[in-house]
Amino acid sequence: MPTPVITATDLVKRFGDFDAVKGISFEVAPGESFGLLGPNGAGKSTTMRMVGAVSPRTGGELSILGLDPNRYGPEIRSQLGVVPQSDNLDVELPVLQNLIVYGRYFGLPRALVKQRAGELLEFAQLTDKAKTKIDDLSGGMKRRLTIARALINDPRILLLDEPTTGLDPQARHILWDRLFRLKEQGTTLVLTTHYMDEAEQLCDRLVVVDKGQIMAEGSPASLIRRYSSREVVELRFGSARNASAAEQLAGVGERIEVLPDRVLIYADDGERALEAVRGRGLEAITSLVRRSSLEDVFLRLTGRSLIE
Amino acid sequence: MTTATTNDFDGPSTDASAAALRAALRPRRFGALYVLEHRLRAARQAWTSFVFPALGTPVLYLFAMGLGLGSLIRQGSGSVDGVSYLVFVAPALLTAAAFQTASEEFIFPIRVGFKWNPIFFGMNAAPLSPGQIIDGNVLATSVRVVLNGLVYFALMALFGAVPSGWGVLSVLAALLTALSFGGPLCAYIASLDKEASQETLVLRFVVMPLTLFSGTYFPLALMPVYLQWIGWISPLWHGTQLARDLTYGAGEPGWLVAVHLAYLVATFVVGWQLARRIAGKRLNK
Ligand SMILES: Nc1ncnc2c1ncn2[C@@H]1O[C@H](COP(=O)(O)OP(=O)(O)O)[C@@H](O)[C@H]1O
Ligand SMILES: [Mg+2]
Repeated sequence: MPTPVITATDLVKRFGDFDAVKGISFEVAPGESFGLLGPNGAGKSTTMRMVGAVSPRTGGELSILGLDPNRYGPEIRSQLGVVPQSDNLDVELPVLQNLIVYGRYFGLPRALVKQRAGELLEFAQLTDKAKTKIDDLSGGMKRRLTIARALINDPRILLLDEPTTGLDPQARHILWDRLFRLKEQGTTLVLTTHYMDEAEQLCDRLVVVDKGQIMAEGSPASLIRRYSSREVVELRFGSARNASAAEQLAGVGERIEVLPDRVLIYADDGERALEAVRGRGLEAITSLVRRSSLEDVFLRLTGRSLIE
Repeated sequence: MTTATTNDFDGPSTDASAAALRAALRPRRFGALYVLEHRLRAARQAWTSFVFPALGTPVLYLFAMGLGLGSLIRQGSGSVDGVSYLVFVAPALLTAAAFQTASEEFIFPIRVGFKWNPIFFGMNAAPLSPGQIIDGNVLATSVRVVLNGLVYFALMALFGAVPSGWGVLSVLAALLTALSFGGPLCAYIASLDKEASQETLVLRFVVMPLTLFSGTYFPLALMPVYLQWIGWISPLWHGTQLARDLTYGAGEPGWLVAVHLAYLVATFVVGWQLARRIAGKRLNK
């Protein structure tokens, strides 16, 4: 592995007497697309803020581009692009001005900033919105503009905290497409998400975090291989009957999970498992065979689902 | 086994760290100016809301207070503090306008930047430090106060309200007034988190009374003694007296002039440094 651009070792963050991050370690290689997947409150944003050199760590070691953020905050931040969890575009400035003013924070010459701002508006598909007020943009447009803004200094690492949370499916797909392009161009991406499909689409490698700790690490495919079966059968018997139905299914597939709204059977061959269910005389209201996902990995690791 | 500390986390070692060190030189040095630039760009978007008060306020006040109220006073006691009422009140109107501008500029942009539209967090995610963000806002308000002050001063001179050649320095007295009140106000506003409309309370119960009881429209000595302390702690009184010393030579003893200056500078420096610290705590939790 080439020299990592980020090295975190036993990173801890404490707020008062609450440990938000409890000793996590990871490395990110240049050009890699690295994710932190975890539910709300897992400590993803807190970790990102430490990596972004705006939040001092309580313990452990952290090195960004070979520099300690405690001492080299502005230096590190000059090389980062940051997309925070909630947008903080300046609503008093129109779209293009938001980019220009942000570029100036890095001490970049006005001419260069203007040129890049134009290119980035193109990239963000916002060229015709250059003079629009921020309040008149849709959520997806704001997010794209925030990403464009984060690229104004041509960063070595792009940090994205929940880039598509709160967006409708179409806006998410447009955003993923833009991020995928960046990934193809070799930009180092570090992103947090609680959407397993987002992690699967965008991350080369990820850590699953829960309650401030890393539960597992690997590529999406290897995590699924390690912690889940190839396929899953989802059965809904109605919320009152799920638990009792599951009892009668013991032995079908490799493993059974009972959730409040459905029963999951993990099996390498989902269709055969479904036949076995029918063979026991059980008829579900709905049944579905699908491939395993990171959602199943998370469920296996924590006993809870990612969302809610 | 002893190894040299070549991979010490503290030490920049790679090309990437060297590039980072170079890239941060300008923001480290000029960060506050970039914040100022941001404020000026925002002002340009809404220039009418800056230009009309800058011109309208002095004209209105000089007419109403200087000429209107002034002629009433001329018929009564004749003069105030040894000069015509217009000459007496004009420097106070200048400092009171600066005081008012500072109140608004250190309340709203600061409250906005930390909370309502948290652009300070965006600045800080870029290389700018919390201290630079405060400094840039102090600079922006200073620019506005000085420009407004120069317009005010030009109109005062036009109205014949500035006998002394040193008069133009009263614009600096106005700036000191603005910063002396603005520093602590900035620190207070930076510390606010929850919504509770403290802004209106400050404007109504601090800015308003201070404007009225700081020897602005009449000499402090005319107020009952038990109210005069308001003037002594009021940046507006110290700044106004300084402006009067400059525009018509109000004849204050040298030590009192020194007290005005020291008080204005000290309150600013304390408030400003406090604001920088609070901003740091707030942005870098
Ligand atoms: N400034 C703070 N003060 C106190 N607690 C905080 C602060 N920031 C985050 N937390 C807590 O730390 C935990 C992790 O938060 P966060 O990193 O935002 O999680 P995530 O981004 O994974 O949803 C949460 O329980 C949150 O309430
Ligand atoms: Mg978060």
